[in-house]
Amino acid sequence: MRTDPDGGTRHQPQAQEPELRVNPIACDARGLCIELLPELISADPWGYPIIRPGPVPLQLQQLARRAVAACPTLALMLISPPG
Amino acid sequence: MHGYGPASAGRPAAPEPGELRLIVRDQPLSLAEHIDQYGPLPAARLGPKALIEDVESSGLTGRGGGAFPAGRKMRAVAEAGTRDTAKGSAAKGSVIVANGSESEPASSKDSVLLSRAPHLVLDGIAACASAVGATRAYLCAGHGDPAQVHFLTEAVAERSRAALDKVRVEVVTVARGYLSGQENALISALNGNAPLPTFVPPRPAERGAHRRPTLVLNVETLAHIALIARFGSHWFAAAGTPGAPGSALVTVTGAVERPGVREIPLGSALSDVLQHCGVSQPAQAVLTGGYFGTWLPLPAALAVPVSHEGMRAAGAALGPGVLAVLPEAACGLAETARIASFLAAESAGQCGPCRNGLPALADALNWIAFGRPGPDIIGRVQQLADLVTGRGACHLPDGAAGLVRSALSVFAADLQAHLRAGPCARAGGPPVLPVPARGSR
Repeated sequence: MRTDPDGGTRHQPQAQEPELRVNPIACDARGLCIELLPELISADPWGYPIIRPGPVPLQLQQLARRAVAACPTLALMLISPPG
Repeated sequence: MHGYGPASAGRPAAPEPGELRLIVRDQPLSLAEHIDQYGPLPAARLGPKALIEDVESSGLTGRGGGAFPAGRKMRAVAEAGTRDTAKGSAAKGSVIVANGSESEPASSKDSVLLSRAPHLVLDGIAACASAVGATRAYLCAGHGDPAQVHFLTEAVAERSRAALDKVRVEVVTVARGYLSGQENALISALNGNAPLPTFVPPRPAERGAHRRPTLVLNVETLAHIALIARFGSHWFAAAGTPGAPGSALVTVTGAVERPGVREIPLGSALSDVLQHCGVSQPAQAVLTGGYFGTWLPLPAALAVPVSHEGMRAAGAALGPGVLAVLPEAACGLAETARIASFLAAESAGQCGPCRNGLPALADALNWIAFGRPGPDIIGRVQQLADLVTGRGACHLPDGAAGLVRSALSVFAADLQAHLRAGPCARAGGPPVLPVPARGSR
């Protein structure tokens, strides 16, 4: 990893990194997100998604966007925290 | 001393520290009696700046359970209203919602307050309406009690004959059910939708009832604001402790000689509050914060301060101020199992983890309390509690999980005995904590 002129390293987690959230009212346990993004989403005993907390790593953000787009009930969201 | 609020020129004096503030006698105060007792609302102190600053510096927190700083809520609504007006999106004003729905079965402090001091609550609504620029106001009374609604409607009429309020208050009732008093459910109902929690955002302060910035405050919070408007923030904070200023209404139930609603200075030791209500028999635990709440063991918890911060430090929460005392003669696991079943039945069923997880959790608890479970049941309860936590649109699943976790720890000895030898004799006794039958409220 290269060092930036100011001494910080690149690819450090930033406050702007998006997080996955699910609207539990809209979610209908269709399970597409669990298939598309097993790295971050697993199923509970009833088939509803459990999302790994924290920001979505850069290398998974494309897959996360795909999972969001695939959700048939629009329950999955990629949210950039303010700041 | 107790700040400003001078007893000069015939104006009624502010209640001294140690005196009751909210419910001064055991009968309703008419409008005339109310003004004799407290004096009129001072119009000069109600402007947007003055009152919000007073409430902020008083340290008053919401008395409905969330304990959110009341002044910050008021400021957010005032600012959202100003932004809307600046955008020209219609200067329709914001909305006040006084929440007296009190859907917590063990609590009665809001209905007692409304029945004894309705004008203190209505003063609080008027003061907030003026401070945040509201043009509509609702007073939500609980459980569809027709007599109470009639009484409150009369109190509003009395004020409008005296031309007291700029904003007319509409008295409304909320649907039965544990979740109907939840802030978003209330707003959803006022907007003509099902009285169910919603997935925030938007926050009510931004867009609530009638899509207007909406200030939702518990009725007790509003009563305190009515007094802060009169006597100031220093007077308010003369009761309680620096970290937990003011007084609060609590509902004490269970194994005490004189159950009921008490006003206490926040931060009083639990032992003082219980002593005041007369501890009638040996007690083993107290349920704090209501059915969303936490068990604390007795006598170990007797020194815990009755305040949000004091309870938090003890791993519990004051919530809406419920203290339910469990006698030695009762089984804490059986009580918890009944409450867990109640909470599962009250789930709105909107969110999968709550709809599936709460009945499973209640089943496991009932199996522990009344059946013959295997030793793996404890792991199952813990797993279910973890599975539902944080996964609903409202805090019902979190509350149920917290209650059950605290039961496993406080009643650990009973738990081992139940696993070893089946239900104890006490588990078959009558319930101590009231659990309304479904549809009976």
